[in-house]
Amino acid sequence: MDLTLNVWRQNGPEDKGRMETHPVSGVSPDMSFLEMIDMLNDQIIRDGGDPVAFDHDCREGICGMCSMFINGEAHGPGRGVTTCQLHMRSFKDGDSITIEPWRASAFPVVKDLAVDRSAFDRIIQSGGYVSVNTSGETLDANAIPVPKPQADEAFSAATCIGCGACVASCKNASAMLFVSAKVSQFALLPQGQPERASRVKRMVEQMDEEGFGNCTNTGACAVECPKGIDLSNIARMNRDFLKASAEGE
Amino acid sequence: MLDSKIPEGPLADKWTSHKNNINLVNPANKRLIDVIVVGTGLAGSSAAASLAEMGYNVKAFCFQDSPRRAHSIAAQGGINAAKNYQNDGDSVHRLFYDTIKGGDYRSREGNVHRLAEVSTSIIDQCVAQGVPFAREYGGLLDNRSFGGVQVSRTFYAKGQTGQQLLLGAYSALSRQISKGKVEMFTRHEMMDVVMVDGKCRGIIARNLVTGELERHAAHAVVLASGGYGNVFFLSTNAMGSNVSASWKAHKKGAFMANPCFTQIHPTCIPVSGEHQSKLTLMSESLRNDGRIWVPAKKEDAEAIRKGTKQAVEIAEGDRDYYLERRYPAFGNLVPRDVASRAAKERCDAGFGVNETGEAVFLDYASAIQRYGKTEGNIRGLKDPSLAEITELGKQVVKAKYGNLFDMYKQIAADDPYETPMKIYPAVHYTMGGLWVDYNLMTSVPGLYAAGEANFSDHGANRLGASALMQGLADGYFVLPYTIGDYLSQDIRTGEISSDSPEFAVAEKEVKERISHLINNNGTKPVDDFHRRLGRIMWNECGMSRSADGLKKAIEDIRALRDEFWADVRVPGTDDGFNPELDKAGRVADFLELGELMCKDALERDESCGGHFREEFQTPEGEALRDDDQFAFVSNWEFTGDPKESKLHKEELKFENIELKQRSYK
Repeated sequence: MDLTLNVWRQNGPEDKGRMETHPVSGVSPDMSFLEMIDMLNDQIIRDGGDPVAFDHDCREGICGMCSMFINGEAHGPGRGVTTCQLHMRSFKDGDSITIEPWRASAFPVVKDLAVDRSAFDRIIQSGGYVSVNTSGETLDANAIPVPKPQADEAFSAATCIGCGACVASCKNASAMLFVSAKVSQFALLPQGQPERASRVKRMVEQMDEEGFGNCTNTGACAVECPKGIDLSNIARMNRDFLKASAEGE
Repeated sequence: MLDSKIPEGPLADKWTSHKNNINLVNPANKRLIDVIVVGTGLAGSSAAASLAEMGYNVKAFCFQDSPRRAHSIAAQGGINAAKNYQNDGDSVHRLFYDTIKGGDYRSREGNVHRLAEVSTSIIDQCVAQGVPFAREYGGLLDNRSFGGVQVSRTFYAKGQTGQQLLLGAYSALSRQISKGKVEMFTRHEMMDVVMVDGKCRGIIARNLVTGELERHAAHAVVLASGGYGNVFFLSTNAMGSNVSASWKAHKKGAFMANPCFTQIHPTCIPVSGEHQSKLTLMSESLRNDGRIWVPAKKEDAEAIRKGTKQAVEIAEGDRDYYLERRYPAFGNLVPRDVASRAAKERCDAGFGVNETGEAVFLDYASAIQRYGKTEGNIRGLKDPSLAEITELGKQVVKAKYGNLFDMYKQIAADDPYETPMKIYPAVHYTMGGLWVDYNLMTSVPGLYAAGEANFSDHGANRLGASALMQGLADGYFVLPYTIGDYLSQDIRTGEISSDSPEFAVAEKEVKERISHLINNNGTKPVDDFHRRLGRIMWNECGMSRSADGLKKAIEDIRALRDEFWADVRVPGTDDGFNPELDKAGRVADFLELGELMCKDALERDESCGGHFREEFQTPEGEALRDDDQFAFVSNWEFTGDPKESKLHKEELKFENIELKQRSYK
């Protein structure tokens, strides 16, 4: 396949940035999207240019590092996949493809398509854990049974990979889906109960402090989420947050 | 000169008595001691969190943009623990025995027994942290079975166990970061270790965003930087996984142990073309229910390769379930090395099932029927039709392995619920690594290695679901105790200064190397060299090895290394974000490691575990070990050039297990 790529280039957070056009030819439909970018970069380097910087690591959809906004969609046209799992068979010969970074003020651009998502880490640090020490001297793992449906729902929430597609897809750059997934995981498990109220308050406060926008219930985040994190998590978080605020915890 | 420091006494008491007798650092003094942890996977995150919790001042480093991205996240199938929740005869001793046998009798009894002992605490710990393991309807934890064992001791969270465990360790780490006990450095790469008066006293790190070099001093350094499978270019590792931290330590005096022991995982999605950048694993848990086969007739295999016949058209009697045929006792659940070689044997003999001839089938049709029938009974259906049974069976398989099937569908563009998956072995894990003693200290005082970065527990072949166990055992339960023995000598040392000449020299050397790479003005990108190195390694030091092939590989790698330094082109500058430059440094180290791996493989005139030398096999084609001559750990000392590396042997003593030819028949 022959393609035309319109790629965002930006040399650091202060640079204004611009689109740059690159033709690529001989793309195989079996290639992953990132392998196609590898090919582009190989071509750029051999021509003496500056390759396109982008984040990626596991290339199997689980590390959450890859983050491209492709033709106006986070992780491109596929559903339930990250950029690294998108294959070129989703495109046609002759297509023009526009590739941009996540755009949110809480995610400043590092270079080109790579952005700084450390805001997510700081939100987890504000309370996204159960405060137990790692001594191993806890109860036997089977001492607290957890009903399977509840355990499964907690697991589903816990599968969030922290890629930030939810923020990139939201017109308000809201991080509610990300935060609510972590809040929900612990809210659904007995281990999370003692800190349930303080956790949701601290995490929501940190989220606001990082400059993420508010949720206006458009649901774009859940549509683009590669892991299918459900919108009901946001409802649960809102309920927990209101309850915690009312109780003055 | 190598002292493994295995405690005296009966096997089952070694760890307890060691813990009772080692030196401790009192809580007030821990506040005066700094520890650096490189890498934030299971071993690194859990070590950093635990050390900080105990009171040490910790600095943690990862090259990714967040500690949560470390490649432990991609582990799929599960984590072993000798809980015996299934009441199927499991015990600490059985887990110990399975691991020694699975490792083909090339690991240390003392270390492995400790691993089995602490395995149960890991599960307790993770559940307390809110790790959502799979559960049964009664609310208790579920288990599955993995290769090389005959009990169900594997705990799991669908096909995302590594993710859930890492997020657990990451949450513990995050808690310590919020308390200020861990200072976290993301997008930082360790460039060298710094030695002061014969002890490791810090590292030189590079900020990958600004390109600045930084000096970090500490009383001890822990490397939890993972394995080196990416020396093969194509592997199941993440793109950034590298050997550099370990290799830099090796060049400063840490011995590399058994570098040729690499694990080729039997069930990965086959290579699709030249453009391929990495390979994707399909969890070993799939072998619980899937059956592996190739056509029994060559003409059927040829027809499938040409696309004129489909897998489902091959009659049951014309299929060769070769693992069940060759190994009736373990069947599809033989250990990884055995399963991989068996696949290669069939494909080499002309029975491969994709265009390249390098793939076998992993078939779920019979599992779907079996589960469908059981589910029909559970739901009380009377005489369900075949279609109903199939549908119910698919639902059960989806619940168990859904994400893996989705992943396969996405990559291979084929529906594994309808037609068998095609799989082939790929490089997955490295059992070799930095030599460590019982305390996990390398041969360099004050320098520790944990998780996949060390060599200690898996011998010549790792069993499935044991990597997660070892990473967390090292980080949560071993290192936090054993490091105190060394640090107790440091309570009066005071802060280590990074202004010493040793730091200045190390920083200068790093700077020169970077500047050489960036100013080289060659013609070929880094990946060009990496791919070629990978091809040499896969062909000559992969699933089967021979003396002639290894000798040739050593010459080829040396020539490639010279070409790399003369002709690599690294674009951009060294004072900003430049992933190509990061990659160049890593590939330069792989080009040295590859040679040492071949040298190690050449030296070991036997076959054991993942190391299969064509010259040493039984008439049935099984690995032929030589315990009289090779029951030792090969430890390599760097002397300036991988070619001149010096071998030191650590004899392995088996006092509790009888050495036997490993049989899974």
